[in-house]
Amino acid sequence: MKVLAFGIVKDIFGNSMVHVDLTDGATIDKLKMLLEEKYPRLNQLGSYMVAVNNEYASAGDLVNEGDEIAIIPPVSGG
Amino acid sequence: MNTDIKISGEPLHIQSCVDWVMSPQCGGINVFIGTVRNETKGKKVIQLEFEAYESMALSEMNKIAEDVFKKWPVQKILIHHRTGILQTGEVPVVIAVAAAHRDAAFNACRYTIDTLKETVPIWKKEIFEDGEVWVAAHP
Repeated sequence: MKVLAFGIVKDIFGNSMVHVDLTDGATIDKLKMLLEEKYPRLNQLGSYMVAVNNEYASAGDLVNEGDEIAIIPPVSGG
Repeated sequence: MNTDIKISGEPLHIQSCVDWVMSPQCGGINVFIGTVRNETKGKKVIQLEFEAYESMALSEMNKIAEDVFKKWPVQKILIHHRTGILQTGEVPVVIAVAAAHRDAAFNACRYTIDTLKETVPIWKKEIFEDGEVWVAAHP
């Protein structure tokens, strides 16, 4: 699955998009675990959210191939 | 249409934002203009860079506008946010709210900027003379 990165997460991934090996129906928690294993610097962020199809997702929400998945570090607009 | 939401790489025009919310039914317009400050925690800021997850940011900004109409008797709301590199004194955000009475306009405008800073996926990078850092407003 494709995962989009923004802000500091783009620096952590070294790219604005990475691929993760996940099967359809995996939870957000599982996705975060996988990413944190591969990119330990994610753990150093105070917090971060995952968005699925432009909506903030919760830990138990599921992701499927074709979903637009994005990692949202703490926002700082305005 | 009573909502105008935009993310733009071009400079924001404050007067046209105010003109857009002006309406015959409104008795007051409240405007918040965000500007680029020249220092942060005593350190000189050369410029700021704003990045947006545009599709989601627009969606979250629309949610704020919908909430505003539910919470206060407001005629029109405009939220414009800039992206790209901005120099000191430039304007990253303009919010304009028109209402029949000032209380609604003040409250709605404050709610809009406060919520934008919490929920809208836009990020700011501060660029100093000796480096740069992504700002985490809510770590």
